[in-house]
Amino acid sequence: MTESNLLPSGQKRIDSLEMRGITKRFPGVLASDHVNFDVKSGEVHALLGENGAGKSTLMKILYGLYHPDEGTVLLNGEPVTISSPTDSINLGIGMIHQHFMLVPTLTVAENVALGLPSSRGALTDLDKVSNRILELAKIYGLKIDPDAYVWQLSVGQQQRVEIIKALYRGAALLILDEPTAVLTPQEVDELFVIMRQMVRDGHALIFISHKLHEVVEICNRVTVLRNGRTIGTRPTAETTKQALANWMVGREVGFAPDRGETKLGEVRLSLDNVQCGSDRGTPGLRGVSFDVCSGEILGFAGVSGNGQRELAESITGLRKVTSGKVYLEGQDITNMSPGDIMERMLSYIPEERMRDGMIKDFTVAENMILREHQKQPYSKNGFLNLRGIASHADELIQKFRVKTPSRETMAKNLSGGNIQKIVLAREISRNPRAILAAQPTRGLDIGATEYVREQLIEQRNKGAAVMLISEDLDEILALSDRIAVIYEGQIMDIITRENATPEKLGLLMAGVRSEDATPVVK
Amino acid sequence: MITELFSTTVLIGILASGIRLATPYLYAAIGETFSQKSGVLNLGVEGQMLLGCFAAFYVTFTTGSLWLGLLAAIAVGALMGLAMAFVTVNLRAQQGISGIGFYLFGLGMSDLLFQRLMGTVETVQGFPKIYIPGLSEIPGIGEIFFNQNILVYGAYLLVPLAWFVLNKTTLGLKIRAVGENPDAADSLGVNVARVRYFTIILGGILSGVAGASLSIALLNVFQQNMTSGLGFIAVALVYFGAWHPVGVLGGALLFSMVNSLQLWVQVLGIPIPSDIAVMMPYVLTILVLVATVSRVRAPSALTKPFERDE
Repeated sequence: MTESNLLPSGQKRIDSLEMRGITKRFPGVLASDHVNFDVKSGEVHALLGENGAGKSTLMKILYGLYHPDEGTVLLNGEPVTISSPTDSINLGIGMIHQHFMLVPTLTVAENVALGLPSSRGALTDLDKVSNRILELAKIYGLKIDPDAYVWQLSVGQQQRVEIIKALYRGAALLILDEPTAVLTPQEVDELFVIMRQMVRDGHALIFISHKLHEVVEICNRVTVLRNGRTIGTRPTAETTKQALANWMVGREVGFAPDRGETKLGEVRLSLDNVQCGSDRGTPGLRGVSFDVCSGEILGFAGVSGNGQRELAESITGLRKVTSGKVYLEGQDITNMSPGDIMERMLSYIPEERMRDGMIKDFTVAENMILREHQKQPYSKNGFLNLRGIASHADELIQKFRVKTPSRETMAKNLSGGNIQKIVLAREISRNPRAILAAQPTRGLDIGATEYVREQLIEQRNKGAAVMLISEDLDEILALSDRIAVIYEGQIMDIITRENATPEKLGLLMAGVRSEDATPVVK
Repeated sequence: MITELFSTTVLIGILASGIRLATPYLYAAIGETFSQKSGVLNLGVEGQMLLGCFAAFYVTFTTGSLWLGLLAAIAVGALMGLAMAFVTVNLRAQQGISGIGFYLFGLGMSDLLFQRLMGTVETVQGFPKIYIPGLSEIPGIGEIFFNQNILVYGAYLLVPLAWFVLNKTTLGLKIRAVGENPDAADSLGVNVARVRYFTIILGGILSGVAGASLSIALLNVFQQNMTSGLGFIAVALVYFGAWHPVGVLGGALLFSMVNSLQLWVQVLGIPIPSDIAVMMPYVLTILVLVATVSRVRAPSALTKPFERDE
């Protein structure tokens, strides 16, 4: 039965791969502590865990980017040594990285050919590579144009290039590191179709995710990691989302925070046909209009790069509005300086919290007064009042449960969740009239995510107008009173919470206006 | 007297020396294109050129062999490149600052060696003009293009060669990938450090040859700081040419033509203050860079040291 040993790509299968007793130490951290993990041909095995649980470390070891201090890797029962990505590629292991490993200025074929020996010696053989890409694309049902430049492709298409790249190199086992994080729900469905076919054909897949419903939907087995240790492995059929979440965090977790009733107040912030450019000189926003009221959360759903950043920056004064108006509580704030806008009690939780939300090399206390440092009691006549700053910091550290050795610790030494708590504390403690939160939980663990969401809800209940820009559809659905879908710099539609479904939103996110949805009128 | 500029003889003279004077720009800027394409900004070109310049001249002067002189320039350029590669790739030093360091080293070292080993300005017999039967006899054209020495021809041949290597070979693919996204290249088993070593050393060699072209092919003397900023203009030409060998060629010709024009203006005694004439190429550098800066996009990883773990 040599036939059944081969995959449709012509490669030999990997019947089983086992990682046994893997231990990896970094200075001061035990990243992997005798971890066991295995995957077989014809299954999707999920690797689940919070940030810092050791998922990436384990996979980087398997892919040859890290070297384990202890433990063995067995391939089809035989021990193997993987000391570089080249080794793992030769063994038939491929990896789809969370941040795509593609060169945007090269074509699809060039990206695939990169690093491989050419049949023409020193010269590239891109025609041959293109033909093989088309062949593989046909076998696996992946639509792709080998001559397209990668920068021209959508995120979903780029992911297909990554898959083709791995298959081209003969991958029998594929590691998919959070592959759905950047996709629309429809693109996720397409990916799952491809994954199911690969599994039927005998590939082995490792699926890293923290989206529990996806794990339950696509995977055969799931292994949970916590603090660098294997907590256990189970068939997904025998478990539920809630059970997995509790297992992953090690305690009971709540999914949807209690929202209370909606008590709509007056219009706080409104945009009237706002247009602006993007960093690339192309139009960023093309006429965006909406109102946000006191006491509501308006969610902005959309695939990354459709104008979310431009929207946040034109509201906060960081980007020049080329036409249209922005009003805060009836006052025209269009193209005011960011300082003047913040002064009118708009708070901003920026997407890049490490870059735009704080200064890494400042202490916790200093970061907490960045916004109001020129005011009493933090300073007077240009001199800082260290006592006022310290007591303010201590108060916020306690109130927002920031885990930090002291208020004098450098912000960069804290975890992502605690850094976000500092930003949140600074922005929320001033009782803003409106809040703009961009990707406020991205990269945070479940505990911190829960906390940030609760705080946003609390602000809404206190009467603030909250705008939530997020690429996480589950988050949008859980928090928003109304949902605006942004696509290519325009608001496709604004739908109420009751009318929103992932399918409906997904279509809008892909630029398809559904017939039954009411068009945007303003 | 201005009208003298427009006589056929003078025009041919301007064009012929313009073609010739583009030689050092071309070698240095094509070399710099390679290293920048792979993500390394080498600001030490000027220093590498000065040392190449001296090495070529001194060896030629003492041995009488032009080819040994050229070889010495290549060796010195390669050594300087190797040092630059070690500093930027292994030690991950800030590239702009270390480049200036290498420039100052080359400037001081070439002068010191000149003082110690020679002391006075000497001349050598440089590479002779190569006569190409037929081509060299075409009126005007022959004088402009086909009455040059071997290093001039080599510089122009380098342009299509560089384009070919960058765009049609696996090595070129690796260089472009490493300069845009070294993490991606690394994940596919491309040795980022090795690729950058190659391009930086190649850049050093070509800078050395650029220096040699001044001292043993065009001017046939050595003086302290005789490159006088030419290496820095070569770096600017890479930006001007948008990291494309043909664009670099266009830039090199523009500057050498302007340079040639100002030399002829002085020779003919046209009443423009010589200080202003000499300034022209440099003023042009700044104007052109200001005009082109928003048009082109540098390799994404330019000046960024590569480290596997983030």
